[in-house]
Amino acid sequence: MELSKIEKLLEKYFEAETSLAEEALLKEYFSQEDIPPHLVPYRDLFVYFNQSSTEVAEKEIVLPQRNHLLQWLSVAAALILMVSVYSVYQKNQREKQEARLAYIETTRALNMISQNLNKGNRAIVKLETFDQTANKIFKNNK
Amino acid sequence: MNQKEFLDKVMPFKDKVYRLAKRLLVSSDEAEDATQELYLKLWRNKDKIDGYDNVEAFAMTMTKNYCLDQLKSKRASNLTLVHSNYKDKEISLQKKIELKDSTTLLKKLIDELPEKQRMIIQLRDIENYEYAEIAEILKMEPTAIRVALSRARKTMREKFTKKQNYGII
Repeated sequence: MELSKIEKLLEKYFEAETSLAEEALLKEYFSQEDIPPHLVPYRDLFVYFNQSSTEVAEKEIVLPQRNHLLQWLSVAAALILMVSVYSVYQKNQREKQEARLAYIETTRALNMISQNLNKGNRAIVKLETFDQTANKIFKNNK
Repeated sequence: MNQKEFLDKVMPFKDKVYRLAKRLLVSSDEAEDATQELYLKLWRNKDKIDGYDNVEAFAMTMTKNYCLDQLKSKRASNLTLVHSNYKDKEISLQKKIELKDSTTLLKKLIDELPEKQRMIIQLRDIENYEYAEIAEILKMEPTAIRVALSRARKTMREKFTKKQNYGII
């Protein structure tokens, strides 16, 4: 390519007026070895740009894997959860049943106690009458 | 979208994401980490991706935002960046030393540019995006992009020729 054309393109380039195609022309021109001395700094610039565009990321991207082990583990976890919820429910029901039985037993026992206490009360009432009568008799005898 | 469809869609521009991240974060390690992080973000948003006509531009915008956030939090915590890993690929064996020097210098000159100009140089001169695409990625007006690009290119030319003439790197 003619030198004058390159120089004109360079001028446009620094004013940011070149198109991508024109910039590609410049990059192509400066990728050759034989360049007039006064344009050598530009060669370094465009070579640097070209070179920089070939740099690659070395590390592989790691995305969260959904592997089979994990899927089975989640199924197992769900099963365990269901079984444990069910057994806790069952245990709860059993405890309620036991509590009801215990309640009935307790009321029965308490009833028995109160009946017996009433019996005792009646005996005390009898004793009192005995006491009063005894007092009367002893007083009268004096 | 399953994993394979997702990868087919987003893997083609992985290196561009990496290079933009590296341009901003400077170290290759951090750029690799940022790339990984971004792809995880994309994967989590994979259902939204279908809605975008230009997934690449969307990913590049995410990269830009992510890296700028990283830089901001780094500055806030007063950590200094250590640039230790330059991996320059050789082009011509004869020019190896000479070019390595100018490559290092040019890289440094770009690093010295303001972040916006750095990104524009990266997207235009290295990744060869059209102005409309850069506008979409950076959420800027195309004219503003041209102004910043011209400024960046001129700054680089000025500093580069100056340093070359004095032979200082």
